[in-house]
Amino acid sequence: MSNKNISKEHSMYLKQNQKRKRTILISQITILILGLILWEIAARFNWIDSFLTSSPSQIWNLFLEYTKNGDLFYHVGISVFETVIGFLAGTLLGVFVAIGLWWSDFWAKVLAPYLVVLNSLPKTALAPIVIIWVGAGYSGIIVTAITVSIVVTIMNMFISFTSVDEDKIRLLETFGATKFQVLRKVVLPYSIPALMSTLKVNIGLSWVGVIVGEFLVSKAGIGYLIVYGGQVFRLDLVMMSVFILSIISAIMYKGIAIIENRFAKWHD
Amino acid sequence: MDKKTIVEIRNLGMTYHTLNGETEAIKDINLDVYEGEIVGIVGPSGCGKSTLLSIIAGLISPTKGEVLVSGKRVEKPSKDIGYMFQRDHLFEWRTILQNVILGLEIHSKVDKKSIETAEHLLETYGLKDFKNNYPRQLSGGMRQRAALIRTLIVEPNLLLLDEPFSALDYQTRLAISDEVGIILKKEKKTALLVTHDIAEAISLSDRIIILTNRPATIKDIITIDLTCPNGIWSPIKCREAPEFRHYFNKIWKELDIHV
Ligand SMILES: Nc1ncnc2c1ncn2[C@@H]1O[C@H](COP(=O)(O)OP(=O)(O)O)[C@@H](O)[C@H]1O
Ligand SMILES: [Mg+2]
Repeated sequence: MSNKNISKEHSMYLKQNQKRKRTILISQITILILGLILWEIAARFNWIDSFLTSSPSQIWNLFLEYTKNGDLFYHVGISVFETVIGFLAGTLLGVFVAIGLWWSDFWAKVLAPYLVVLNSLPKTALAPIVIIWVGAGYSGIIVTAITVSIVVTIMNMFISFTSVDEDKIRLLETFGATKFQVLRKVVLPYSIPALMSTLKVNIGLSWVGVIVGEFLVSKAGIGYLIVYGGQVFRLDLVMMSVFILSIISAIMYKGIAIIENRFAKWHD
Repeated sequence: MDKKTIVEIRNLGMTYHTLNGETEAIKDINLDVYEGEIVGIVGPSGCGKSTLLSIIAGLISPTKGEVLVSGKRVEKPSKDIGYMFQRDHLFEWRTILQNVILGLEIHSKVDKKSIETAEHLLETYGLKDFKNNYPRQLSGGMRQRAALIRTLIVEPNLLLLDEPFSALDYQTRLAISDEVGIILKKEKKTALLVTHDIAEAISLSDRIIILTNRPATIKDIITIDLTCPNGIWSPIKCREAPEFRHYFNKIWKELDIHV
């Protein structure tokens, strides 16, 4: 409880714990660095065909070139924009639909089989249709991203909404709460943890939608760079794009984890 | 005999319909409850006690008969009626103070004065230091006390208590039921208390309704008159009253529990 009078054993325990954490981190970084060094050496000594694998130094040089001429920011900016919009819209729309289903038991039952089918369908299969219907531009890509994340959002949120303890709702009803008040006071707050885990999933899904959309539309964005690099056999370009993609999506994921921590102060 | 009637239950009947068939939970119950009275309700489990309270609270509508509270027919939940459940149902994401004012929020009555009242009640019932804590940080007894304040703060005339102590361990339950009994008497509240603990029912109630197996009908009504030690009324103390044993045996026999 208090930090002032810690016993010797406990401070030993804490130190051990710290040490272990540090060792884990150091090991993680070492693996990364060793992997890169090995890759570089293998490419230099022609153990591997650097035409197919590229090498860290090539990728780095390309990265510097793309940052200098601004191309990188252009393409990354577009993809991030599409992803963020697709992510927000997919999540919001999904939550609203889930609220609607919670509100109307009838429609929840009617639409259930459609949701199940849509949920098991790989949504990227719809991307060509979406792009033809909506247009081969940002909007088509954004709608593709929405398609990918919305169904999961509806399912997750609806399950959470309906798993609220009946007696908690009855408690509010004894106070004369309206259905809207039940939604606001118990159903939504109860579902914040479910929302947070949905957000985390949706970041990844939105990226899937955006990259697939950019593959198809092939005008700009990280997905475009990857496809273009693949077509002209510029593996350094492909690799660089993938690296950047993983870094940016990791940052977004981390951002959501931080928001989650703020909300989760009641259950430590 | 000019006691004011708070609850009038008239020819009440309730049948549940599900796909598996129908269940008659309540049959032909007639009962008057007077102002300031604590009425205990005991009966075999599954006989329809919670159903009865839900109907009085206006949470479900009966299939036969009617319930009047303060002369008005019950059709939907009203703020004159407070309900306490077996579990406290404090919301984990709200602090104790925020939990306590939940009902006020529903009635849009949160203001400086009502917050002060809430804080005052928390202080009276020993929860002042915990008002900004989350429910998980409190013991079962403290949580149930917070739930009681949440019910009392909207100032209901009638309290419906559905096995409110049964989730607590034995010692806490003795202490809390004693506290709650004293609070109810002090605030002159009318209450219906469902319990499966015969001793608890005797120590807290002015009258005890014994229900039959499902469908629940009234088997007997016993008026409790205990000579409490030193003439001070307290549920725990009253357990020492000489008549206690006699009531206990009588109710035990009437409940006719076979194991
Ligand atoms: N919503 C419901 N739908 C169908 N049957 C119900 C419902 N609620 C209670 N019952 C049935 O009614 C009977 C009485 O239930 P209840 O009032 O909860 O009993 P008690 O509180 O005395 O244990 C039980 O047989 C129960 O299965
Ligand atoms: Mg019950």
